[in-house]
Amino acid sequence: MTAVSVSGPVELEPVTAPPRNGRSPWRSRLLRLASVAAALGLWQALTANHARLWLRFDTLPTVDEITMALVHRLCTQDYWLDLAQSLVRILTGFGLAAVVGVATGIMLGRSRLAGDLLGPLAELARPIPAIAVVPVAILLFPTDEAGVVFITFLAAYFPVMVSTRHAVRALPTLWEDSVRTMGGGRWDVLTQVVLPGILPGVFGGLSVGMGVAWICVISAEMISGRLGVGYRTWQAYTVLAYPHVFVGIITIGVLGFATSAAVELVGRRVTRWLPRSEDNAR
Amino acid sequence: MTSGMRLELDRVRLSYNGIPVIDGLSLDVGSGEILVLTGPSGCGKTTVLRALAGLLAPDRGWVLADGVEVTGTSGERGVVFQDNALLPWRSVRSNIELALRLRGEPRATRRAQADRWITELGLTGFGDYLPKSLSGGMRQRVQLARGLAGAPRAVMMDEPFGALDTQTRAAMQRLLIGAWRTHPSTIVFVTHDVDEALALGDRVAVLGRTGQPLRALLDVPAPRTAGARPALRAEVIAALEHSIAE
Repeated sequence: MTAVSVSGPVELEPVTAPPRNGRSPWRSRLLRLASVAAALGLWQALTANHARLWLRFDTLPTVDEITMALVHRLCTQDYWLDLAQSLVRILTGFGLAAVVGVATGIMLGRSRLAGDLLGPLAELARPIPAIAVVPVAILLFPTDEAGVVFITFLAAYFPVMVSTRHAVRALPTLWEDSVRTMGGGRWDVLTQVVLPGILPGVFGGLSVGMGVAWICVISAEMISGRLGVGYRTWQAYTVLAYPHVFVGIITIGVLGFATSAAVELVGRRVTRWLPRSEDNAR
Repeated sequence: MTSGMRLELDRVRLSYNGIPVIDGLSLDVGSGEILVLTGPSGCGKTTVLRALAGLLAPDRGWVLADGVEVTGTSGERGVVFQDNALLPWRSVRSNIELALRLRGEPRATRRAQADRWITELGLTGFGDYLPKSLSGGMRQRVQLARGLAGAPRAVMMDEPFGALDTQTRAAMQRLLIGAWRTHPSTIVFVTHDVDEALALGDRVAVLGRTGQPLRALLDVPAPRTAGARPALRAEVIAALEHSIAE
């Protein structure tokens, strides 16, 4: 989780805060825009002039070529089909990882038996990067589709499981004691204390998990995919359609940003109860 | 209305992380009384409360509730903790509603009951607040409401007003006595404040150091009435000092 925070329900803040130092917020917006524009301008200058400064910019497409390719691709059905395919894969893999990761993380954190049975397996499998398992996934699963989803699942599973287990162990016993002395049983402790109490930690793991899930879904698609943004990007490279490689890269970036932002947003919503810096300020 | 539960400790030995804290302690708490447990820090007051609540099993001896051995926690024996035991993701009302729900109160009447507790403990208007937005005194009121809302027949209170300023503390003591009169139950109240002990208790028990018997078990004449009790106060302080000196 980042330090960014939203206002809680009881806080009333003026909607428009006066800018500090009397400086217009437009100045900073303008600077940001200028910075991006300068980078794009530099790119265009280097590639259009076929610059070879040890780095071989003459091999790369220019900004306007990329833009044209992007506009062109946006109008094709293929593009959206690829995008949907990648999204389905990542959401399936990530969703499974979230559910299984939280469930096993709680078991590992709370039960000695589960710790003895599952703990060593998890510790043995954890150091292996998910992408190294691609050959096994190809052999093991009857369809490429299932293999890609499995790789994605594996990538996101460990960050979620580890952060859940840690959050379970770090949970103050006082909350559990209070529910038990009100007459609550195991189920009440699980649903009323453990699940809500570990959410801040779990969402840390989900954020990391979403990041590595993208790395792995794209790589797996490049290696063994039909359809998908990663597959299309690699395909474009092999047929020397370099502007389309960049279209793929930009698409992956936007998708990664959007999914991470979604996780972050949901995370902040469900952990509103956490003490935050602005609570202490008043 | 439910009646208070009788609690007994019979030659109990309690240890914490393998280190014995209490040994050979016997103590009876009568039905419906307020027994104050006091003693120097580290003498195991909280440990005794945890054993009575069923959160800690004795190594030796018996903990009995109405003559039946205590083997675990139960909604009949509630606890009001020192601080921060409210579930921080639940609002004031929702924390109280949880206690009602765990007691088996039907959903339909929970909200109205929770609101009654909110009014009774002077929390009107704060029902939708999260614990983090409340002052320490307010939080302890909510804890008190939550502790009593489950209608336990015995309540263990672990220095519930320990972190509060003198004025808030006096107000909370009055609030507690008021609530105890309307909802009778047995209360075991831990404090290290002698005046608080004398203001609340029917009896005051002074714990000694590990393995030693009770330093003193004193009756408070005309409990919970105004007026100084200099002789009794001196007696409690003497017992406390005695247990520190050794």
